[in-house]
Amino acid sequence: MSKFRKNKKSDSPAINTSSLPDIVFMLLFFFMVATKMRDPKILVKTAVPTVSEVEKVQKKSWVNYILVGPPRDPAQGTSPRIQLDDKFATVDDVQQYIIIKQSEKPEAIRDYLTTSIKADRSVKMGLIQDIKQELRKVNSLKLLYSASGGQVKQH
Amino acid sequence: MARKPRAIPEINAGSMADIAFLLLVFFLVTTTMDTDKGLRVKLPPYPDPNSPPPTSTQNDRNVLEVLVNFNDELLVEKQPLNIEELTNITKEHLQNEGRNPKYSDKSEDAIVSLKNDRGTSYERYLEVYNELMRAYNEVRDEYALKKFNRKFSDLPEKGKSYKEVKDKYPLKISEAEPESYGK
Repeated sequence: MSKFRKNKKSDSPAINTSSLPDIVFMLLFFFMVATKMRDPKILVKTAVPTVSEVEKVQKKSWVNYILVGPPRDPAQGTSPRIQLDDKFATVDDVQQYIIIKQSEKPEAIRDYLTTSIKADRSVKMGLIQDIKQELRKVNSLKLLYSASGGQVKQH
Repeated sequence: MARKPRAIPEINAGSMADIAFLLLVFFLVTTTMDTDKGLRVKLPPYPDPNSPPPTSTQNDRNVLEVLVNFNDELLVEKQPLNIEELTNITKEHLQNEGRNPKYSDKSEDAIVSLKNDRGTSYERYLEVYNELMRAYNEVRDEYALKKFNRKFSDLPEKGKSYKEVKDKYPLKISEAEPESYGK
């Protein structure tokens, strides 16, 4: 039994923490790379509706966003506006926007580009329909009605 | 006068981990890992202005007509309806297989036609769309469970069984060309 006794006598060795900074730095770099620092300027309120049958977007870089909603700044009125990139836009600008976005991508993936409509729940369908028509005109047919997933409230 | 070579003091790296942790926590908090979620829809191509508008060859019974007016009220097959019943009606329509003359006679041919007014709210429109999608998903799930003992979403996407379920209940939600009515 001397084997065990010997072990008990010795002090437990201090854990070597010299590699801790390395591990932490590794994690740090991961999050630095994964973080998207570009904070898009959001000019319109977009409280998206809740639906239960949600699907996720696989490729974030293949998605173009169209934001629709009343302006955040009440001085600019309360009627819904369209936001493309960082600017207010009108329905007529949608075609141009999509064409530019398509031309930035290699030809092979152009058909996979999805347009995500992030619209406020108060928006009327007339505006959405106009946007849809514009998208159809430039043959950008993949569409995502942005919504938060969850249980739909029963009335 | 020659200087005495000074011993370079060792830099204490013990606090390096603390600094790194601080940065790490900052990036952890600021990172948003959110992916965009929502209802995926495929739009029909824009109609060619030179070609005549397509005439519907569909049998009337195969089309479940859903209308949403500017007051967000629902009209299904010309009957007012509560939205809670829409999923069940749609499922009945899809799974009818010719039994009830009101609904579809083959699931492969069943179509849901969704029409909305310009004044319909986006929220209600998505709610209705969601109910229709739910009906399709449930019907596909039931079929897949019966046939393959698995849910539709668990079937391999490139597999034969996936295609069979998809062909049995093809997702056909047609949206009418926009027009304004009911105002």
